[in-house]
Amino acid sequence: MYETLSSFAQTWGLGFFVLMFLVAVAYALWPGNSEKFRSAAHQPLIDKDPSDD
Amino acid sequence: MSTRADISRGSGPGFSIGTVSLLTGLVALGVLIIAGNAADPMMGAHAWIFFFLTVAGLMITGFWAGSLNGRNPFDPAFYEDTIVKFGVAAAMFWGIAGFLVGLIIALQLTWPGIFYFPDLGWTNFGRIRPLHTSAVIFAFGGNVLIATSFYVVQRTCRTRLAGGMWPWFVFWGYNLFIVVAGTGYLLGVTQSREYAEPEWYADLWLTIVWVAYLLVFLGTLWKRKEPHIYVANWFYLSFIVTIAMLHIVNNLAIPVSLTGSKSYSLFAGVQDALTQWWYGHNAVGFFLTTGFLAIMYYFIPKRVNRPVYSYRLSIVHFWSLIFIYIWAGPHHLHYTALPQWAQTLGMVFSVMLWMPSWGGMINGVMTLSGAWDKLRTDPVVRMMIVALAFYGMSTFEGPLMSVRAVNALSHYTEWGIAHVHSGSMGWVGFISFGALYCLTPWLWKRKALYSKALVEWHFWLATLGILFYIVAMYVAGITEGLMWRAYNEFGFLEYAFIETVKAKHIMYIIRAAGGGLFLLGALLMAYNLVRTALGHGEAGETAANDAPKTATPVLQPAE
Amino acid sequence: MSIMDKHGKLERHSLLLTVGILAAVSIGGIVEIAPLFYLENTIEKVEGMRPYTPLELKGRNIYIREGCYTCHSQMVRPLRDEVERYGHYSLAAESMYDHPFQWGSKRTGPDLARVGGKYSDEWHLDHLKDPKSVVPDSIMPPYAFLAKKELRFDDIEDHLKALRLAGVPYTDDMIANAKADLVAQASPNVDFDAEDALVARYTEASGRDGTVKVSDFDLNPGAVTEMDALIAYLQMTGTLVDFSTYEANDLSNRR
Repeated sequence: MYETLSSFAQTWGLGFFVLMFLVAVAYALWPGNSEKFRSAAHQPLIDKDPSDD
Repeated sequence: MSTRADISRGSGPGFSIGTVSLLTGLVALGVLIIAGNAADPMMGAHAWIFFFLTVAGLMITGFWAGSLNGRNPFDPAFYEDTIVKFGVAAAMFWGIAGFLVGLIIALQLTWPGIFYFPDLGWTNFGRIRPLHTSAVIFAFGGNVLIATSFYVVQRTCRTRLAGGMWPWFVFWGYNLFIVVAGTGYLLGVTQSREYAEPEWYADLWLTIVWVAYLLVFLGTLWKRKEPHIYVANWFYLSFIVTIAMLHIVNNLAIPVSLTGSKSYSLFAGVQDALTQWWYGHNAVGFFLTTGFLAIMYYFIPKRVNRPVYSYRLSIVHFWSLIFIYIWAGPHHLHYTALPQWAQTLGMVFSVMLWMPSWGGMINGVMTLSGAWDKLRTDPVVRMMIVALAFYGMSTFEGPLMSVRAVNALSHYTEWGIAHVHSGSMGWVGFISFGALYCLTPWLWKRKALYSKALVEWHFWLATLGILFYIVAMYVAGITEGLMWRAYNEFGFLEYAFIETVKAKHIMYIIRAAGGGLFLLGALLMAYNLVRTALGHGEAGETAANDAPKTATPVLQPAE
Repeated sequence: MSIMDKHGKLERHSLLLTVGILAAVSIGGIVEIAPLFYLENTIEKVEGMRPYTPLELKGRNIYIREGCYTCHSQMVRPLRDEVERYGHYSLAAESMYDHPFQWGSKRTGPDLARVGGKYSDEWHLDHLKDPKSVVPDSIMPPYAFLAKKELRFDDIEDHLKALRLAGVPYTDDMIANAKADLVAQASPNVDFDAEDALVARYTEASGRDGTVKVSDFDLNPGAVTEMDALIAYLQMTGTLVDFSTYEANDLSNRR
């Protein structure tokens, strides 16, 4: 059991990391998202009260 | 005005005041029973502290609720800013307390003859060193994080904090935990797990408070009026979620008695060590890093009035940072009895961690592009950028120290102390100071800070203090590391251990001086913030040009 | 396309973001820590390990209470200078009954994993009362108050029971006689039967002779003090394992 789990950690653990990283990069670079990101980036700069709509 | 009242979500003012009071009342009742049956005097003391503070909380809540006269204290048309003000004040108070205790223990190591008292065991280094670490990390840092997260999540979601009274439960509950933890160390109540010293009952209480914190934060995200969750909130959320997980797993313990203060860790030896350093390392990662990166992602753009350099980079930064960080814990256990494959995994991931850390640093610094003059004109901006420089420095050094060959020299020495202080004083300290300097005029609606000159003084005193501190400890650490492994010409160890202690004396003096300067800077800051809140000096002038709220807006995106 | 839709949701919906965060941060912990719980392979086969005697356990709790771990490690690394300075490098098995572990992270003072037996009880007593009296350049705090405080042990059985729940092999016999064992270890030549019973109990658990030291550690026959307990603990650290029978190169001991 120990052997199985530790070898899993050393192989699939790393594979999972690479996969996750690629998904995050793809999401960040996806062209369709750029407009959304631009508006999100400006979110903190706009001063509004909760009651403004 | 908005009519989207909270009542529709079952969180009307009466409801949340009632539920908070009910929980507090139950806790008061429970601790009263424990106080009456305490198995040891420490538990007795803590049960009574708990009891009096919870009853005081109930009474104050009662008087306050009675004086409302039908007014909704949680009016959704306004932000909840009072709690942020309390958080700023608490952070400043605990910060000064924590820096002061740090200075005292530095002096104890320098002049033990003056600062130790044979019959006052509770003043010994071993008892008050955890007081210092917990005060600066959890009391100062924690209150900064609670205050800024409550401020940021409201502003970026454009809605009032969720949960009515519950955010107040989080704030007071957390500070009650701090009081119990701190008095516990002095009384000798400790689990001896570094940065997780409080005993089982304090841990249980913190778990309740932390779940409430998570629900308040998520509840606020749920009722947001902005389509996107701003990236600072991602960082805050990962801080809250991950700390909950780490806290629960690392504190699994078996109490000797339900009315006694002592417990035994559920794990032993190797497993206990790995669990503890998985916790310890990730407390740095998710308390002292992602939490304060959230501050960076809101306060730097806000202060310089420009969007973050690259939002895309911030997303990659976020996911790669949180994923890689969690693996790196075993680098605290190099050359120990931990299996080597785990040590190696910890080392590899630590080296990889360098990449997202620097990505984040660059993202923060480059936010200033086109506004570099602010580094010269605005000491608050300079403070936050220098914080990032220290972040970059200590996240470069960390991976270096996680390499086994380097670790063989650096581990157990003052080098580690230098490393954590460049990270904590430089990065966490300076980014927090920056956030508090921003928040105070914003919250109290002042034109500017009371005195910009005092900020300059604070900046230079603290910077000099950090440099004194870390240079002294680098020299001391490398000196003792080399002396421990030095051999004479006959092949014997050259130095007795005590000679390596003696060799560090001068460096200890310089370190204490550095800590003193850092504390002095914080005292100037507290003075400046109080005068700002009172509206004195430049804070009250009508035609100030420093206030971020009145700065010319930048180009708005098409919506 | 379907992947991207999912991530659009991940971003917009905070609950999914929470789940994503949990997934990212739990994988590393699970795959790294879980194997160690199936752990015969992490703990070498050694002879001599036994649970702490009640007095040693109390002493260890004082060590923890006073925060000794903030300055002293208990983990000798397999590096030449450390092995020469402190003794055989530490084995995982040596902390198998340590709830919690005390490996430490800083050596403001020397490592204590194998301090047991290196100095006399009297030296420890003088050193703890006033470190500078035996090590003039010491920066260690004084612990004279320990010698004045009587050890409180009315609930010692509960401590052993809690540890048994956590997996330490305390027998019913050990728990039933915990108080007598505690007093006997600090009171030589008072009750010979109790002394013999203590030594027999813990020698059997250890599997080898000479691991139980009976002594009036604080040189104060009138009372069992906290000083007794702390010195009893310090004097046994690192002395249990019989290194003459430990095969470092045995296949099952290689990691």
